[in-house]
Amino acid sequence: MSSLVPAPIASLPWRLLILLTCIASFGTVVLYSAAGGSLTPWAINQGARFCIFLAMALTLSRLPVSLFSKIALPGYACVLIALVLVELIGGVAGGSQRWINLGFMQLQPSEFMKPMIVLAVAQFYARLPVGELRRWAAIWPALTLIGFPAVLVLIQPDLGTSTMIVAGGVTVMFLAGLPLRLFIGSGLAVAAAIPVAFSFLHDYQQKRVLIFLDPESDPLGAGYHISQSKIAIGSGGIFGKGFLNGTQSHLDYLPEGHTDFVFATMAEEWGLVGGIALIVAFGLLFRWGIRVALRTQDKFSRLAAAGLTTTIFFYVAINTLMVMGLAPVVGIPLPFMSYGGSSMLTVMLCIGIIMAIDRDKKSPGSWT
Amino acid sequence: MKFGKSSGKIVTQASQSFSFTRRAMVLGGIQGGVGLLLAGRMAWISVAENEKYQLLSESNRVNLTLIPPRRGWIVDRHGRPLANNRTDFRVDIIPDRLRDKDATIASLARILAIQPDEVERIHEDLEKAAGFQPVEVAANLDYEQYAAVSVRLPDLPGVAPAQGFSRHYPAGAAVGHLIGYVGTASAKDYETRRDPLLITPGFKIGKDGLESSLERELTGKPGAKRVEVTARGKIVRELTTRPDTPGKTIRMTIDAGLQEYAGRRLGTQSGSVVVIDCHSGDLLAMASMPSYDPNSFSDGISHAEWDMLSQDDHVPLRNKTLKGLYPPGSTVKPMAALAFLEAGLRPEETVNCSGAIRVGNALFHCWSRRGHGAVNMHRGIAQSCDIYFYVMAQRMGMQVIADMARRLGMGQKFPLPYPSQSYGTVPDPAWKLRKYQQDWQIYDTVNATIGQGYMLINPTQLAVMASRIASGKELMPQLMYKANRQPPKALGVSQEHLSVIHNAMSAVVNGGGTGGAARLPVPDVLMAGKTGTAQVRRITMAERAGGVRGNASLPFKLRDHALFQGFAPYDNPRYAVGTIIEHGGHVSRIQDAPMISADVISYLFDPAKAVERLEKYEKDWGGPPATRLAAQMAEYRRAKGLAAVPGDAAPPTDANAANVANAAEDAAQPPSNAAHDGDVPE
Repeated sequence: MSSLVPAPIASLPWRLLILLTCIASFGTVVLYSAAGGSLTPWAINQGARFCIFLAMALTLSRLPVSLFSKIALPGYACVLIALVLVELIGGVAGGSQRWINLGFMQLQPSEFMKPMIVLAVAQFYARLPVGELRRWAAIWPALTLIGFPAVLVLIQPDLGTSTMIVAGGVTVMFLAGLPLRLFIGSGLAVAAAIPVAFSFLHDYQQKRVLIFLDPESDPLGAGYHISQSKIAIGSGGIFGKGFLNGTQSHLDYLPEGHTDFVFATMAEEWGLVGGIALIVAFGLLFRWGIRVALRTQDKFSRLAAAGLTTTIFFYVAINTLMVMGLAPVVGIPLPFMSYGGSSMLTVMLCIGIIMAIDRDKKSPGSWT
Repeated sequence: MKFGKSSGKIVTQASQSFSFTRRAMVLGGIQGGVGLLLAGRMAWISVAENEKYQLLSESNRVNLTLIPPRRGWIVDRHGRPLANNRTDFRVDIIPDRLRDKDATIASLARILAIQPDEVERIHEDLEKAAGFQPVEVAANLDYEQYAAVSVRLPDLPGVAPAQGFSRHYPAGAAVGHLIGYVGTASAKDYETRRDPLLITPGFKIGKDGLESSLERELTGKPGAKRVEVTARGKIVRELTTRPDTPGKTIRMTIDAGLQEYAGRRLGTQSGSVVVIDCHSGDLLAMASMPSYDPNSFSDGISHAEWDMLSQDDHVPLRNKTLKGLYPPGSTVKPMAALAFLEAGLRPEETVNCSGAIRVGNALFHCWSRRGHGAVNMHRGIAQSCDIYFYVMAQRMGMQVIADMARRLGMGQKFPLPYPSQSYGTVPDPAWKLRKYQQDWQIYDTVNATIGQGYMLINPTQLAVMASRIASGKELMPQLMYKANRQPPKALGVSQEHLSVIHNAMSAVVNGGGTGGAARLPVPDVLMAGKTGTAQVRRITMAERAGGVRGNASLPFKLRDHALFQGFAPYDNPRYAVGTIIEHGGHVSRIQDAPMISADVISYLFDPAKAVERLEKYEKDWGGPPATRLAAQMAEYRRAKGLAAVPGDAAPPTDANAANVANAAEDAAQPPSNAAHDGDVPE
């Protein structure tokens, strides 16, 4: 780095910041088009939010990792209480409520649980003596940590977020070194249980599953989202219909074209090229996260970095699989692309913590 | 607690670190794998299946609307339009897109000032309609009304204003039965034909008459309009438009002026006039009055109007020229006389008419109580002497009369483009045996020879009979215009015999006969003809004793039918006419069959004078038919507003109810429903 640039600025992870800015800018451009070629109501908000949350992430990155490990379990407890509170408020209000109104945005505690569960489980395994790893005591506390929030979110009901909480926690358990047999065994058990569980479902629930498997069977009803999304992606072709020329999104055939199905809006106008570019960009982000995890030696840092990276990955993977008709329709947004504050906040929290871990490792006298 | 067999394995800090590295790599690999899966899936959808999804996207985006083809015109023999198209603005409802039915109809009724009974019809149509089939709210709107609905569209989901064409019949009611009318296709039509054109707003199909039977020729090819629409159906812009191809123009043999004149000249009577060209058989006029206005039928008729028309004892909903059956009465006498001549009777032979004659054990009267004295064929026809025909028919036999009747077109079904015709009856011994398993009686012959009893004829057949007697040719009535038609075959009747009949028929009109009222008001043109009276009731013994009641004192439905057949000029026949006034009863000379026939024929020679006379008459009748229909409607509405609609809309079958002959009240039992014998609706 040139000496002309002050050291604190030069030491910023510039390549990461450029990557994030590229993805977010692309997202803003797509939202501009989704609004029919208008900055309002989405593009300008999304851009402003990105700047604020990026500053927040950079601030987080200056904090010592030890702070995150210390607040991991208390923070987890706080979010869990918030989840219970939301459930109670919802119960009093006589309907399901997932959020607390903060004035400038609506805060979903379940969003915070996604990074929190990773930190909490990572902290648990970081503290666990190595010798205990193959004992029962290494499993049930982690499962308890995962189970409570997962069930609370599931009864909201929010299957998507609940799945992500379970997946984030289990990923950390996997990275912590629990015997592989446990994962293979429970995976097989779940696979075997699916047909049995299916037969216990209500008729309408079974129908939903079947429609996911074959959305064309109900193109106007429950399969409408997936059908229209596939039409948008498929009609885009290799190079897309061109910026501002998407018909599926502009003529309102694509539902939720600026939120959960923003990928389809993008793909219609930018085609396969835009889609691959976005997937590659996200791939670079994940590669950075995994490499941070591999470079660092501290147990908590390693588990947290890899776990948080995987949390972002789940966002991207579940959303794109859903949009392409490979996963059922669950409300998981696409980071930086989908309009909305909560998910961007969560993802930026994850990135801020990973950046902190990255800095911490680079700084001399790291904690091992 | 330990678990598994690996409990003995030592886990160290180093091995855990190594395991983490390996597993993080696996995780990265899985992420990369998912990335590849996503890229592959996306490539599959957007490249391999691109065509399919592009098509789906286009079919989402582009909405193809059919432009209903303009219907072909129907013109008369001179090219004057009998049915054409008029630009209009229209409002329809697409039931499927309707959200709040009652509120939408209520606000439309307010904007367009729709009458309550029209609102009722819209509700009814909406119930009957399939979900995607448009229901007409109002047509023939002016631009202001159209614009008023258009600007309110965002608040009126399911309402579709449109600019289009509507069918227009310049002559109105005068061509109602002749042309028929058009209307929107019913849900049943759509179910059988599955043609998307049928549910296109503004498209009408022929519902009756020529409009219906010439449907294929009159319907053109639809155009198409491609528009870009949003998911909610809002039109963003028009893409391309292919214009429609109008249907073929149909040229008829009808003379529009004569047709309208004939319709108007029938006045307040329930009747029909048919005029035939004696050279070609071309039908120049086929008027059946009163009639409905096909313009209002094509716009969707209101409840009240339908009720009024179906309850009217003048049966405005029946095309009497082809579906009205009447005993021909004395109009068959020239035919019967011709049959006698052809069978060898000398015209000079006389019969002494004393006013009555005994046949079997019954007494048959002549219409003239005093009797005609010595009557030969000429006087028999001119004075319409019944006794002459009673006697001669008994001598010559029924078969020769029946055969001649058939040769002259009675009982014949003509290949005219109408779905149903009632073609009447020519009775003979074989027919009676087949129909009633009874032997032919002598009084049957006596009845038939004066056109009563089982004999039934429709007005078109009456005109055909007149034209065949006039021309001596086997003329067939034609309705589709053709410049070079094959000349008609000869009837095979001797010209000498025809001249006897022609002279006698001229004497009917011009020689002090029964049809003096039919004298043409045109100098140097003489009409030949024959009058007829057909009774629809028996004359009771009591009446006979106390004197037959005059028709004027009888209720409408018990009055006699009045008939006239004729041709002109008598020495070189050009036009033949058949006129039947249902329950006319010879009450009014001006509105009786002979004078109506004469005026109608005079129109062909001097239209200006004919119209002048007609306008004078119409002052007494309450104006031309359209004015009278409107007045009748207003009256009906007023009556309906005061009291409920009477439910006794008795089917007007009595129009056909032929009754027994003048004097045969105690002899035969020809059932009154014999009227329906020849009526074979198809």
